[in-house]
Amino acid sequence: MTAKVVTVTSGKGGVGKTTSVANIAVALAARGQKVTCIDGDIGLRNLDVVMGLENRIVYDLVDVVEGRCRLRQAMIRDKRLPELYLIPAAQTRDKTAVSPSDMVRLCDELRQEVDWVLIDSPAGIERGFKNSIAAADKVLVMTNPEISAVRDADRVVGLLDAEEKGPASLVINRLNPIMVKRGDMLSVEDVLDLLAIDLIGIVPEDENVLVASNKGQPLALDPKSRAGHAFDNIARRLLGEQVPFMDLDTSGLWQRLLGRK
Amino acid sequence: MSIFGRRKSANSAKERLQLVLIHDRTDLNPAELEALKDDLIATISRHVEIEPSGVVINVAQDGRAQRLVADIPLRSTNRRRR
Ligand SMILES: Nc1ncnc2c1ncn2[C@@H]1O[C@H](COP(=O)(O)OP(=O)(O)OP(=O)(O)O)[C@@H](O)[C@H]1O
Ligand SMILES: [Mg+2]
Repeated sequence: MTAKVVTVTSGKGGVGKTTSVANIAVALAARGQKVTCIDGDIGLRNLDVVMGLENRIVYDLVDVVEGRCRLRQAMIRDKRLPELYLIPAAQTRDKTAVSPSDMVRLCDELRQEVDWVLIDSPAGIERGFKNSIAAADKVLVMTNPEISAVRDADRVVGLLDAEEKGPASLVINRLNPIMVKRGDMLSVEDVLDLLAIDLIGIVPEDENVLVASNKGQPLALDPKSRAGHAFDNIARRLLGEQVPFMDLDTSGLWQRLLGRK
Repeated sequence: MSIFGRRKSANSAKERLQLVLIHDRTDLNPAELEALKDDLIATISRHVEIEPSGVVINVAQDGRAQRLVADIPLRSTNRRRR
């Protein structure tokens, strides 16, 4: 096996990185892939609770890097799926406990074991971000259709190009089609015009996201949830499938994709 | 909202972002662009007579790349004094 290492990052905080890593991981695992998630947010770990695995943590990322346990021992298996694992972040350490080259070494070891390594990057463009992208084969930049999130995403896209980690693919999260329709939210087209990078996912605003994280059950398996469906579509696109974008945006993207505009 | 009635807020967001992103990507703010324009006018005037009031300098977008586009009208020889 040679895993593909995919990092989700954003610049701005709170746009949905952790939510999407959990959901894309679940969707890939449900499609028979062997997946390991790494929480790259040392000191502010969250992926464990969103995935519902917080009670099973024994070792964490820093324990592996500092040689207190073997890689395997820090991989918590999610028993709800055949091959889904989480390497949690350390909560009582800071970002300097891990270096970019530690991440490269760790991911090289993981590459032999799984199909996908998904890394949840912290917000910002500092050490935690640099650690999270060091080993990435592909970077997904996440944004919301909102002015400061788009600006920060642009900054990150530029940095990724400079680090030769580009071209990044864009995920637009928390799109509210009703607000787009009445002209009070940037549309998918607007954001694509501004950022000029490839789109890999559009995820609608969906109350089920919060309900799912309350329960620690990622919703990518719930066919009734539009956000869950959108995350599953991202997983399929990562697997190389051509999946049409959902008809959420009412301002012309859909027509453009259908060639009517 | 504008004095001419309701303006879509998404349009303002997009227009504002377009300008902000140019500055973020190029490190060029409107004041520096103005200064550059003055330097350019001075330099070019040393070689050829131009119409300073007609000079337009813009940052054009080409995907994620930006280009500095200068439009510099030359003063026609017929209109020159003497
Ligand atoms: N599509 C969505 N619809 C509704 N709520 C969402 C959606 N995506 C994320 N959220 C909510 O937004 C909040 C932030 O999400 P999340 O923690 O995944 O962001 P993050 O980018 O990882 O944040 P941080 O930068 O702090 O790590 C959470 O409360 C989450 O439930
Ligand atoms: Mg997070």
